[in-house]
Amino acid sequence: MRNTRATQLLTELSREGRYNPLLPDCDVPQPPLEELLPREAIAAELLPLPEVAEPDLVRHYTNLSTLNMSVDTHFYPLGSCTMKYNPKRNERLAGLDGFAAVHPYQPEETIQGLLELLYELQEMLAEISGLHAVSLQPAAGAQGELTALLVAAAYFQERGEHRTKVLAPDSAHGTNPASAHMAGFRTVTVKSTPEGLVDRDDLRRHLDDEAAVFMVTNPNTLGLFETEIREIAEEVHGTGGLIYLDGANMNAILGISRPGDFGADMMHFNPHKTFSGPHGGGGPGAGPIAVTRDLAPFLPTPVVAREGDVFRLDEDRPRSIGRVRGFFGNVGVLVRAYCYIRTHGPEGLREVSENAVLNANYLLHRLKEFLPVPQGDCCMHEFVATAKDCKAERGITAMDIAKRLLDYGFHAPTVYFPPIVREAIMVEPTETESRETLDAFAEAIGKIVQEDPELLHAAPHSTPVTRPDDVRAARQPVMRAVAAGENGHEG
Amino acid sequence: MSYVLNTAQDRQEMLQILGLDSIDELFAMIPADVRLGRPLDLPPALGELELTAHLSSLAGKNDSAASKVCFLGGGSYDHFIPAVVDHVASRSEFYTSYTPYQAEVSQGNLQAIFEYQTLITQLTGMEVSNASMYDGASAAAEAVMMALAVSPERRRVVTASSVHPEYREVIETYLAHQEVELVTIPTPDGIASPEDVAAMVDQNTACVLVQQPNFFGCLEEVRRWADIAHDHGSLFVTAVDPISLGLLPRPSTYGADIVVAEGQSLGNPLAYGGPYLGILACREAFMRRLPGRLAGQTVDQRNQRCWTLTLQTREQHIRREKATSNICTNQGLLALRASVCLAALGPRGMRQAAELSVRKASYARDKLAGNSRFTRLFDAPTFKEFVIRDTSGQVDELLAHGLECGYLAGVPLGKWYPDFADCLLVAVTEKRTRAEIDGLVDCFVNSEQRTEVVHA
Amino acid sequence: MSPEELRYAKTHEWIGVKTDAQGNKVGTVGISAFAVESLTDLVFIELPKAGARVQAGESFGEVESVKAVSDLYSPVNGEIVEVNSELSENLEWLSEDCYGKGWLIKVRLDDEKPLGDLLDFAAYKQQCAEEQA
Repeated sequence: MRNTRATQLLTELSREGRYNPLLPDCDVPQPPLEELLPREAIAAELLPLPEVAEPDLVRHYTNLSTLNMSVDTHFYPLGSCTMKYNPKRNERLAGLDGFAAVHPYQPEETIQGLLELLYELQEMLAEISGLHAVSLQPAAGAQGELTALLVAAAYFQERGEHRTKVLAPDSAHGTNPASAHMAGFRTVTVKSTPEGLVDRDDLRRHLDDEAAVFMVTNPNTLGLFETEIREIAEEVHGTGGLIYLDGANMNAILGISRPGDFGADMMHFNPHKTFSGPHGGGGPGAGPIAVTRDLAPFLPTPVVAREGDVFRLDEDRPRSIGRVRGFFGNVGVLVRAYCYIRTHGPEGLREVSENAVLNANYLLHRLKEFLPVPQGDCCMHEFVATAKDCKAERGITAMDIAKRLLDYGFHAPTVYFPPIVREAIMVEPTETESRETLDAFAEAIGKIVQEDPELLHAAPHSTPVTRPDDVRAARQPVMRAVAAGENGHEG
Repeated sequence: MSYVLNTAQDRQEMLQILGLDSIDELFAMIPADVRLGRPLDLPPALGELELTAHLSSLAGKNDSAASKVCFLGGGSYDHFIPAVVDHVASRSEFYTSYTPYQAEVSQGNLQAIFEYQTLITQLTGMEVSNASMYDGASAAAEAVMMALAVSPERRRVVTASSVHPEYREVIETYLAHQEVELVTIPTPDGIASPEDVAAMVDQNTACVLVQQPNFFGCLEEVRRWADIAHDHGSLFVTAVDPISLGLLPRPSTYGADIVVAEGQSLGNPLAYGGPYLGILACREAFMRRLPGRLAGQTVDQRNQRCWTLTLQTREQHIRREKATSNICTNQGLLALRASVCLAALGPRGMRQAAELSVRKASYARDKLAGNSRFTRLFDAPTFKEFVIRDTSGQVDELLAHGLECGYLAGVPLGKWYPDFADCLLVAVTEKRTRAEIDGLVDCFVNSEQRTEVVHA
Repeated sequence: MSPEELRYAKTHEWIGVKTDAQGNKVGTVGISAFAVESLTDLVFIELPKAGARVQAGESFGEVESVKAVSDLYSPVNGEIVEVNSELSENLEWLSEDCYGKGWLIKVRLDDEKPLGDLLDFAAYKQQCAEEQA
């Protein structure tokens, strides 16, 4: 049960002298510290951290946790984020000492079991993607994008080609242009057709010997499969460019269609989405990438290699782009992804996508009684409805509907994305929800669009707090708790 | 097993409602020539028992800091993780939620981020912290990118070879297409000489990056670095070890403009290098150049204090190619663990962890260096790590023998520093006991005897 | 300044040009009431420093609301001679008086040619009406 008194900050809970005796006494000789360190390297004062006893600390964070909606407590149809159930076995197994307590600089002969797992994961991701080689290093999908674009840049550089631009559809995730910029490219936006697919005429206008990479999300952010992806890939390849597949939506096509088979040269996976790593309130994720044989030499170091029954880290990769992060990768997340793939096997993964797509289509069918879905009658794993008519007729916005859903006990869908749909409401139910839940969600939307607009503008009404004043937060930024007496800028 | 809730009958009825005869028809959008048309070539499904047996067998093939005594460091450390950290992080309302887009149902995560930002500013003395980055190395690269964005006309970055080699590699990767000159000052004596720093920093230098304590465990003359950077109008970026700040002066006291750190040692498991926690904090003047998420305090419609994601116009989903970074999320769960760890330790616990580490490391260092086979490589003062030279040049044998005795004894430096191929980096945290340290030294001494026999 | 007397860029900046004591043409640049209203709840503005050069049609700064960033485009070529430095602390001036206290920069014009590409008040009003539809 929620404790309504529980929103104090640690700085406010702090009382001088409270202390948790966690560490042992010193068992080695104790000369004065000044003999061990230069005087100026010893701080005169203790850190100004809060002093909180363990019982208070547990109550504080436990109460805070109850202020969150989560997959374990609520339906969470956040489009583009694949908020599916996180199998508990994966948590237990990733926590085994042989994975969780391994130091990154242990000798290879002491971690053969882990390297074997990572090697197998590389192989499995290559098979699922239909591509040749995999790097497990990137720490998140966005870093995977950046890594792949750096791989592409190195590839063109080696071929002596000076290609400066990356093409991305107007429906793309914002990370696409941001990653392209970091990799030294300029981004050119490719229009979508009214049906929500890549406008091939517009794409053709931008394809020339300066176009390095076309970044495509397939299924795209509207939940549609690019039906002409093969032809698109042929055209891009025809002008010497590469296809990058943003793998955010792989949950729709596992075992059904493979990016490598439809022309992708590179892609990233989001194991925290597709392979159900818990999202952790924002992270950690991981962003492994898969590439063709031609691009493999440029992958970051290290990759896991196999020689007979022995696994080792291959760091001797002279054409590699280098590292994109420290150590190997987000191994804890990768172990969970491995567990997930092994739990499902080939049939199980296909079943995941079949049911994700079935659930999405069923919900689309139920929802379009109440809200138009501009891009068609069917979808892959997600779809984008619009509140544009509600707004025009009754002043009810996508945001109002999202906020009111919270009162009905549902997490809101993604709203106002993709930007090409006005008043967008992007719904991704995932395969781990039942028909009853989907029905209840659709019925809630049906009720909401009939409700008094004033009630909706002020929603949510039953949550721990109501709508925050975002303008104040941005105009007078308060980014940390300021202790009493400190000259802060709390206004 | 696929965690699908719909029964065969549900599916049949749902298809019927959709006017379809089969699941296959759902995929009509996908042209036949790009369909796989065969099962994926993957191993067959495993039930929970079989999977547990398989994973346990793989895990069982690995040594770990649980089965061996760990003296490995180099940016990842076997520090103590209080039980309360695991307990709080296991609340599934934290670990199965996502980025707090809907503030009204995410106050737990938002306040937790705000608490984290507060704790990091208390730890570093900086005025603003973001909600965290991927890891220490990428945080260092992002800090460099941030400094370049603050002074776009400056195109030089100065650092030293005593900064973690992998951090420098990541910075190099991030700078590959930026037309920036990366200058690395050699550090044959374990730390950079301020004269060398002064010779390299100029009016074109956007930032100067130092690690404190550095990769070798040595303390750099950071105050001199800071003065040199500021004399040229460059930003001073420091990469720190959070545990060391229990004892060493906070970076704010010596003029840091941006502070980055690997937050793994604050309550996060070793996990073979990830997921880890990138700490990034700065002076308020650079707040709008910060990459990543930020939680800010505000009020709701009833004037109750609450928290929300703020200054989002810096980020990729709004500013797209002009964003401060492409980073999308933070490392929420690891930031939470770091927060609980910092709060559980508190000011006295942090001092104690730092002091125990220094004392034990210096005991181990002196005891090893007291043996004729080993010498201390650098004279500079060290914190919880030190470099020891094996005068017989048998580092591999030494480590193999250490392993036999039950020790993950040290990180060989040859891979990054060919000149130090006969050297080991040894880390000693508060977890190591005197008996373990003495045991390591005994084992190394025995190894010496054995080596002598081999050579006889 | 009275909005009827100003000239407007398609990107919603206005300019009013006067001749200073030395005989230079100096234009005061701001953003229109329509722009302020459609941006909603401004939270931040970034303006250049005096002495910087601007080019017609190129960005000289940014204005931010909670969830959007918009570039500010210069309607003319020239050198910035003055910046409304108090504006960033008083963003309400933009909604209260965007043609007066809410001005952004003053530019010494290189030439008057770009002025010919700008809209007069009536034409600008019509453009706004079309955008709204």
